[in-house]
Amino acid sequence: MSELSVNHLLGIKYLNKKDIQLIFETADHFKEVINRPIKKVPSLRDITIANLFFENSTRTKLSFELAEKRLSADVINFSASQSSVKKGETLIDTVNNILSMKVDMVVMRHPNPGAGVFLSQHVDASIINAGDGAHEHPTQALLDSYSIRERLGEVRGKNVVIVGDVLHSRVALSNIYALQLQGANVMVCGPKTLLPKYIKDLGVKVETNLRKALNWCDVANMLRVQNERMDISYFPSTREYTQQYGVNKALLNSLDKKITIMHPGPINRGVEITSDVADSDQAIILDQVQNGVAIRMAVIYLLASKIKH
Amino acid sequence: MSQKVLLNAKEVNIILHRLACQLIENHNDFSNTVLIGLQPRGKYLANRLATMLKEDYKIKNIQLGHLDITFFRDDFRRGEKILEANTTEINFIVENKNIVFIDDVLYTGRSIRAALTAIQSFGRPNEIELLTLIDRRFSRHLPIQPNYRGRQVDAINEEKVKVNWAENEGEDSVYLINN
Repeated sequence: MSELSVNHLLGIKYLNKKDIQLIFETADHFKEVINRPIKKVPSLRDITIANLFFENSTRTKLSFELAEKRLSADVINFSASQSSVKKGETLIDTVNNILSMKVDMVVMRHPNPGAGVFLSQHVDASIINAGDGAHEHPTQALLDSYSIRERLGEVRGKNVVIVGDVLHSRVALSNIYALQLQGANVMVCGPKTLLPKYIKDLGVKVETNLRKALNWCDVANMLRVQNERMDISYFPSTREYTQQYGVNKALLNSLDKKITIMHPGPINRGVEITSDVADSDQAIILDQVQNGVAIRMAVIYLLASKIKH
Repeated sequence: MSQKVLLNAKEVNIILHRLACQLIENHNDFSNTVLIGLQPRGKYLANRLATMLKEDYKIKNIQLGHLDITFFRDDFRRGEKILEANTTEINFIVENKNIVFIDDVLYTGRSIRAALTAIQSFGRPNEIELLTLIDRRFSRHLPIQPNYRGRQVDAINEEKVKVNWAENEGEDSVYLINN
């Protein structure tokens, strides 16, 4: 009988290949469940989950909440903007207060890298990292790989390029770990200012020419330019960024093969990709969103099955 | 470990034919009936009965599905065993249909309880019947009884009833295993 090797999902870094395989196989079953006329199963009816979002999020929060509700868990939501965090309460105090209300699992997004790991060492609950600063966003990477597997059959041996703002992206790091674990070849592509200095040490190819990168790849994962995290100017203007690193239909049509386009959302239409690309049949952006619910159900289900009754 | 043969291939075959005939008696041409094999072990019996009804009894419209009950079980997180899911294949709506649940062994009745909940995700059926190859008497935890039974068996709790299928284990047989 198989189970996850971890008690928390803090990052892809802590998972092994078998864990990812188990999560995908479980997600297959949940994908079937969420396409039924009645999309709910009662497995987690005695589990309570707190969604703690110390940073803004729309789709991740909705996706987690939906996944929890589809599994019949009780859900409480918390966002930092309306809370005592503003009054100076520490993270551990905040979480322990919530846990004293008998919460079994915490889904947390936090602006500081490592917040999830820190919390897992200090509180007695299963922790799922829903994004910690520019560090990791494991469920996003899982759903990205799952979507590649769904579209192309398997992840192993595929060439995947991650384009754009790698420096500020937690999606990029988690994706690199997840793709490499499954045997894909990974390249990052973007302006030098938005590529971390030591990114090569992760064993990825580095390319600054978008056309070359797209000609090499089977899948391009287009990252959003995270203007809100940019305290200094990393490129001269948005227009120039788009000219160099934006994907449009003409560029896609000029390639030797038909590549798959992904985007973790939210899209800046006309910046990273144009509308006709985002809405084309080469883009699997909405599949990613649908798969996100199934993947999160799988992760929550598998972690919950390790919580002792 | 000792084991005793409860049914051999010939006996299994006779029982399957009887069960198929009993189904025909109640469901005529199966126009409003669907057969649902319960995963994991009930699907072999369901497949076998569906094939028999089609080939030996010339019934054309057999609708067959497989239902996995893992996420509806009442022992999640309660045992050492991690529950592993199987595939559900129901490509039709069961609204107003007459359903026959098919499983190999009826023991505590808890799987059937889970299946009764799980099937509701696919609509509100008109009625649900239960067919099992082996009915273990005196071991029920819930008030659930089969409508069609192959063979009734008196087995104590330490004993295990194992149903083998030719397509899976190489032979049709039923064993009573004593650990």
